[in-house]
Amino acid sequence: MSQIFHRSANTISRVSIFGAVFVVAALLTLLAMVNRSPWVTEARVAREQPIQFSHERHVAGNGIDCRYCHTSVEDSRFAGIPPTKTCMNCHSEIFSNSPYLEPVRASFSSNVPIRWTRVHDLPDFVYFNHSIHVNKGVGCTTCHGQVDRMPLMWQESTLQMEWCLDCHRNPERFVRPKAEVFSVDYQPPPDQAELGKRLVAEYRIQELTSCSTCHR
Amino acid sequence: MTIDRTAGREYWRTLDELADDPSFRERLSNEFPSEVEAITDPATRRTFLKLMGASLALAGITACTRQPEEKIIPYVRQPETLIPGKPLFFATAMSLGGVATGLLVESHEGRPTKIEGNPLHPGSHGATDVFAQAAILGLYDPDRARTLSHLGDIRPWSTFIAMVRAALAAQQPLQGAGVRILTETVNSPALAAQIQQLLSRFPAAKWHQWDPASRHYAGGGAIAAFGQYLDAQYRLDQADVILALDADFLGSGPGGLRYARDFAARRLPAEAGRMNRLYALEAMPTPTGSRADHRLPLRPSEIGPVARQIAAALGVGSSDAAAAERSGDIQKWVAAIANDLQAHRGTSLVIAGDSQPAGVHALAHAMNRSLGNVGRTVVYTDPVEAAPVDQIQSIRELTADMDAGQVDLLVVLGGNPVYTAPADIPFARALDRVQTRVHLSQYADETSELCHWQIPEAHFLEAWGDARGFDGTVSIVQPLIAPLYGGRSAHEVLAAMSETPEKSGYDIVREHWMAQTGAVETAFDRQWRRWLHDGVIPGSALPERTAVSALAVPDASPEPETVAGLEIAFRLDPAVLDGRFANNGWLQELPKPITKLTWDNAVITSPATAAELRVSGRPSAQGGEHGQIISDIVELKYRDRAVRGAIFAVAGHPDGCVTVHLGYGRRRAGRVGNGMGFNAYALRTADAPMFGGGVEATATGEEYSLACTQYHHLMEGRGMVRAVTREEYMRDPRVVHEGHEEPPRTLTMYAEHKYEGYKWGMAIDVNACIGCNACVVGCQAENNIPVVGKDQVLRGREMHWIRVDSYYAGGSDNPETYFQPVPCMHCENAPCEVVCPVGATVHSHEGLNDMVYNRCVGTRYCSNNCPYKVRRFNYHLYQDWDTPSLKLGRNPDVTVRSRGVMEKCTYCVQRINSAKIESEKEGRRIRDGEIKTACQQACPADAIVFGDLNDPGSRVAAMQAEARNYSLLAELNTRPRTTYLAAVRNLNPELGDGL
Repeated sequence: MSQIFHRSANTISRVSIFGAVFVVAALLTLLAMVNRSPWVTEARVAREQPIQFSHERHVAGNGIDCRYCHTSVEDSRFAGIPPTKTCMNCHSEIFSNSPYLEPVRASFSSNVPIRWTRVHDLPDFVYFNHSIHVNKGVGCTTCHGQVDRMPLMWQESTLQMEWCLDCHRNPERFVRPKAEVFSVDYQPPPDQAELGKRLVAEYRIQELTSCSTCHR
Repeated sequence: MTIDRTAGREYWRTLDELADDPSFRERLSNEFPSEVEAITDPATRRTFLKLMGASLALAGITACTRQPEEKIIPYVRQPETLIPGKPLFFATAMSLGGVATGLLVESHEGRPTKIEGNPLHPGSHGATDVFAQAAILGLYDPDRARTLSHLGDIRPWSTFIAMVRAALAAQQPLQGAGVRILTETVNSPALAAQIQQLLSRFPAAKWHQWDPASRHYAGGGAIAAFGQYLDAQYRLDQADVILALDADFLGSGPGGLRYARDFAARRLPAEAGRMNRLYALEAMPTPTGSRADHRLPLRPSEIGPVARQIAAALGVGSSDAAAAERSGDIQKWVAAIANDLQAHRGTSLVIAGDSQPAGVHALAHAMNRSLGNVGRTVVYTDPVEAAPVDQIQSIRELTADMDAGQVDLLVVLGGNPVYTAPADIPFARALDRVQTRVHLSQYADETSELCHWQIPEAHFLEAWGDARGFDGTVSIVQPLIAPLYGGRSAHEVLAAMSETPEKSGYDIVREHWMAQTGAVETAFDRQWRRWLHDGVIPGSALPERTAVSALAVPDASPEPETVAGLEIAFRLDPAVLDGRFANNGWLQELPKPITKLTWDNAVITSPATAAELRVSGRPSAQGGEHGQIISDIVELKYRDRAVRGAIFAVAGHPDGCVTVHLGYGRRRAGRVGNGMGFNAYALRTADAPMFGGGVEATATGEEYSLACTQYHHLMEGRGMVRAVTREEYMRDPRVVHEGHEEPPRTLTMYAEHKYEGYKWGMAIDVNACIGCNACVVGCQAENNIPVVGKDQVLRGREMHWIRVDSYYAGGSDNPETYFQPVPCMHCENAPCEVVCPVGATVHSHEGLNDMVYNRCVGTRYCSNNCPYKVRRFNYHLYQDWDTPSLKLGRNPDVTVRSRGVMEKCTYCVQRINSAKIESEKEGRRIRDGEIKTACQQACPADAIVFGDLNDPGSRVAAMQAEARNYSLLAELNTRPRTTYLAAVRNLNPELGDGL
């Protein structure tokens, strides 16, 4: 009886077994890449909003402090989205007839809130607290990026757990002086390694990596 | 079944365990009884696995989905005091049975989510009972009445006002002779004033009160003793020797929360010289009886005569002739109690229970007087009730008037009299003869069914009001949320009947108190704000009546005791009370103190009487972890009326007596409460509302499944409670550890944890715990714990993170009872952590045993390896994810778990984290006492203490350093962070071991 398989089948099978390892590895790599890609994380993807609100205009252009609108960032887990009243503080006077602002005026007169689309959306099993971060020298732009250069808001970082742990494990790489927390132009100094260590000690920053720090 | 007194100090949990039935032992060893689901479920295990296999494959794909888009909806105009993401707390009060408890309610962005006690309120001191804890679920109950209706058609409020004004106008010439108001016990001064105003407009109208929970006999006793209504308040912090005559003063009734704390504070073995001693003569075992140093089970009718003998020995009245016939055993008790009371003149206290007749109350007053306790351990004040009446007489008169056709307009403000009225008063039938019937109630219940108008009642968290606490202190009831379903308060309904029909509840209450103070607007406003903030009106407690008129020493000849044959005792249910909480899932599923029954009431009797009746209840192997008791149904015939209920034997219940709990067998309670248990009101008559004799109990041959959690989480004879007597403890406190092996700390394969920052721990004082369950409901409310339903409880799947184990010692006729609350132990060498294949349960830097839901894949290995059986698995999607109103009530700081996830006590890690963040922001360490776990905060007895073990000055560290501190299953070297303080009983040497 003749052989069913040609001799070359041996080589083919060896190559394919050997190759399968690469295929599997490539698939896993691909999966990891997809999982970290903006398609999944939605990082750096600008969101449609009911009003084309520009942080660039308000922060860089007008020099408004973050806390003028995000009032509870120092006290609460939630930084706060400004009530319509905050918009109207200025816009009852300036651009008070702009068609762009019609939804704001409509909300204010009809007492129906504006429905913003959430940009930074952590999973519901994560409990993040803004106040402790800003009180311990984590700047706004460290996580949110150069907000003053965002015409429409996007999420700068992946917001994935490895990204959180990057800082929770090595806070000295990111911490800045408390006075600079709300500064949008702050650039880490060349001696960040040194400064970071000093600030971590001064602010008593702990490496909080217990699960219950964020999950409960 | 043979039950004998066991020798030595051995503890048992169930009668079967005591009898050491071999079949029971077999069931015990069989953790997963065969084919548990296959027997009853149409979907068998095999199909289930097939389906699961397919869904698992698909589930892998769903993990790749992106997050759905979410909206952020800010305010248009943000309220000034509100910081989004930070809860606010408001003081208010909840009234039950005519007594208010001051509360602090947590509100997240306008949604009340959690109720705590108000530390400034004398009736709470920060503690709460199960009813207050569960009220939050009552607020969001989707089954509440939602619309004002007339004969089932929706009507606006204005139509109701027009109707009632027309009806009253027609009554004007008759001076309101056809108008009747029926309320529950009123403890609201503003409401009473409104009713009085109405009565002055219509002098011939009448106000009736009926509250099945009312304290008929206590009022009668005061009348007998003083010729007027007076309230007795007890100073348990001053009492060395206490005699409770069928009185559950710790677990229920006015001031119970306060009394529990005062009582526990006098039982610290560290101050052994100050330890009080409690004697309890009681029928149905209660939390109070279980804390007693000496408890004597007596039939309800026997308590009066024995009390009379004790009184006679104290020189009050004279003993009755029947005394001589009593057994020597009772004589020994009488002598011992009388001697002890006599030896503590001025520091003793006699308390008569609400279920005992007026004569016993009068006797207790006389004994306290004779012992010199008045003004020291007991003080008298004017009644807290606005207008105390004999409520049975009141509803009897109302029914007679209705029957005679004299009532044209009946306004029922709260309550459910059709369901709760005594069986021999034909309230429902007479109601039919009333022209216009109006019912204000939270549910469209049995009474609403027979009324023309049904007005949805506002919950106390939705409406303004005022209420007196047990000592008379007034709290303003302030709402935390606008009425969810357009509900109205009793104030507003009465306003509709007044000259100012549209007046708001706020204006009514505020104007009433402004008139009381006589202050002008601006000055009053400051006062008012202070009252609202504090939750109490300072100085509003009723003053002590020092000159109570001479006590009429009760007649030497006792009241005729015509109680013969098998006795029946009626009690309010410890979970659903008089039936008003029947639709509250948290309360229904709460294992009741002593019986540990859920979702049902039962015909409760002693093991001996059950054997005599040839009926039994036995655990069935069908339920996982033995959750089911197959019980015989008996028919109770009493005064020509009959009901059927499942029998349930309770150790320590007196023989020759059955106890039935009211509040079950509801027809129109709602989806949760309908058809649960049997209606004991059907047997309860006006002349004997608390107990009577001559009941016949016959087995019907039918069976019924009771869901009893006493058989759940059995620790197989290990890790039992520890208790010693005061003498033993004084001799050598280390007696607590005798016979218990505790291995050296070094004996472990695991590396030591360091715990450099905080080191959280908990100590639970078994000596203080009264088994009231407030911790269980408090935990449920704080941690979003779902209700699973009776069927799942039968399978041993209740989700409570903390359970209260009860242990017995001694014979089944009169055992000692101990309660041991068991949350997660947070072991330093946790057996669960090492077996989790996905790292979903891990050790935190502070020693918490973290549970990470998003990692958990539901292997349940951790649960299998937990020797304390404290882990709970979501077998199904127990949490209601769809009903909008229920979503409002959840704690936003705790994950709402889905199915397939393990969960357990976290030491309220959300509270720890929040305190940690606040302290870090202020650059300090967390202060001792700053974090209170939900169970600790609810506990009236202050039995649970949580804190930092690294802080040597913390309360918890001091407690764990006490000699009577012990760990559960210390021999396993798990090093639990939750430890217990052994119970110490203060026995009277005259009575020996008391058994």
